[in-house]
Amino acid sequence: MYSPTILIEAVINGLLTGAIYALIALGLTLVYGVLHIINFAHGAILASAMFAVWGLKTLFGIDPYLSILVLATVFFCLGYGVQRLIIGPAAKGEDGNILLITLGISIFIENALLAGFGSDTRSINSDFAFSIVEAGPFLISSPRLVGFAGSLIVTALLWFIMSRTDAGKAIRAVAREKLGASLMGIDVGHVYALTFGLGCAALAVAAGLLMPTFYVNPRIGGAFVNIAFTIVVLGGMGSIPGAMIGGLLIGLVESLSGLLLGESLGQIGIFIIFILVLLLKPTGLFGAKA
Amino acid sequence: MKLNNYIPIILVTAALALVPLVFSSNALANFMAMALIITLAAQGWNILGGVAGQTSFGHAFFFGIGCYTAAMLQFHFGINAWVAFILALVAGAGAGFILGFLSFRAGLRGSYFALITLAFAELMRILANASEWTGGAAGLLLKLKPGLANMQFESRASFLWLALAFVFVGLVISRAIAGSRFGAQLVAVRENEDAARALGVDVLAVKLKAISLSGAMTAAAGVLYVQNFLYIDANIGFGVWISIEALLAPLVGGRGLVLGPLIGTVTLHGLGELTKSFAGRTPGIDLMVFAVVLIGVVAFASGGVLGLLRRFAPGLARRIAA
Repeated sequence: MYSPTILIEAVINGLLTGAIYALIALGLTLVYGVLHIINFAHGAILASAMFAVWGLKTLFGIDPYLSILVLATVFFCLGYGVQRLIIGPAAKGEDGNILLITLGISIFIENALLAGFGSDTRSINSDFAFSIVEAGPFLISSPRLVGFAGSLIVTALLWFIMSRTDAGKAIRAVAREKLGASLMGIDVGHVYALTFGLGCAALAVAAGLLMPTFYVNPRIGGAFVNIAFTIVVLGGMGSIPGAMIGGLLIGLVESLSGLLLGESLGQIGIFIIFILVLLLKPTGLFGAKA
Repeated sequence: MKLNNYIPIILVTAALALVPLVFSSNALANFMAMALIITLAAQGWNILGGVAGQTSFGHAFFFGIGCYTAAMLQFHFGINAWVAFILALVAGAGAGFILGFLSFRAGLRGSYFALITLAFAELMRILANASEWTGGAAGLLLKLKPGLANMQFESRASFLWLALAFVFVGLVISRAIAGSRFGAQLVAVRENEDAARALGVDVLAVKLKAISLSGAMTAAAGVLYVQNFLYIDANIGFGVWISIEALLAPLVGGRGLVLGPLIGTVTLHGLGELTKSFAGRTPGIDLMVFAVVLIGVVAFASGGVLGLLRRFAPGLARRIAA
């Protein structure tokens, strides 16, 4: 058996990683909750945000945490534009079409990154990446701790936007009853784009929090997006607290099954959960009726 | 069953069969081999995703099962390639039945169904990458034993004819379905599942038949791949690439139509080669073109190439797509 120290350390690491996963899933669940579509381009958008963080650091020496502010704004605008100019008009209101268009966007972004940067894996070198906080017998990586805190802050912020602001009210109204909302004078196309933009901004924040300890290549999105799908399904499609709890849970599962089954099989636990939840309770833990 | 309906299929196949006789270019032969393998995989997708309307994002699940059944039976047990091929078909159909039984009974549709197919493909990719039986990350390399009995060929033309024969069978099956009661039931399920049920269609049974057939066909494409390259690893067999290829071709050619997958594959890969000749060998450039075509088709031409043909040259379209 494993010593309790190793187990507890795995639990802590799992929770820290899980919080970032939750942040990635947050954008996905938000878009699902309002547009009722699965955004297959989510992973590719994350990959491009990670490249942006890498580029800002390597070319201009901008600290990843600082670049979050810039990139969150830029990605909000990009997301808004993509939904307003491409997905919305091209889908003509059919869910099946949106599915295929986001798949197309994902293939496009991924291969544009491949054409532009090649398939090499890149990372940021900084001293902070290796700094460690000692908590009793446990060693915790500082950037991961920052990631955890950042993820909680963004979740709280998003929660606040959704429940306390007019924009959030409009988003919830459209999510609940599209036709009714538009009859009340809410511009549904604008709300869709707003939601998509928020989802992309969350990804930009996640990218900034990830990059100090992680690496990026054009295909990196796939690894995260499968995990994000699992979290969204587990937490209940469209539920913000569900995404947070689902993310932490999945982080735990990954960390523990990695410890017990080894690196290459560790991911299996996630997919098994994914398949089981889809088959047995597709509405997830916190989801409303499908 | 009207023989007239099969004339376009026979003509197209005959024309393709002449290609290796007329041109001896190696590059063309490789292009055609890959295009035929993808067409077959896409024909499998088209029955489930096109005719029955159940969009799968994970047909790599079936492709990989075909690849690995054929490769492992030959590698570990020295079983004859043709026997392995038959067993791979059975495995593909069985895998389809199991996946369908689990997900259709749970009532998964639309995005949910797309997600679960993706999850099954990824699960298998991880397993195949980790297990010793499948050769792990290094993959499996089959011995070169040319000869019809081993389904391996020294001449490129012979392999192309074999692949073409498979595609032809796929076309005949698709055509037969299109004109049958089963085909009508599939279309009814696609257009409105509840209405189909109300009219007495056994929706679950019809979907299960479709996914089993679809699985077997795409598995056959996997066998062709293994017999052509004599090599397989997890990222090829269960990789996302083939899921995307199998889905793109029918959408671009004409979703749910008999010749859709073939026309789509030729269109896409023709465009891909064209782009490469302009833009050089920059990786990913051809797939960027595919993505733009996909978005363009969804936005402007939901019927794909055949749909466009129907709009601008209705006479010709009627003759091809019957």
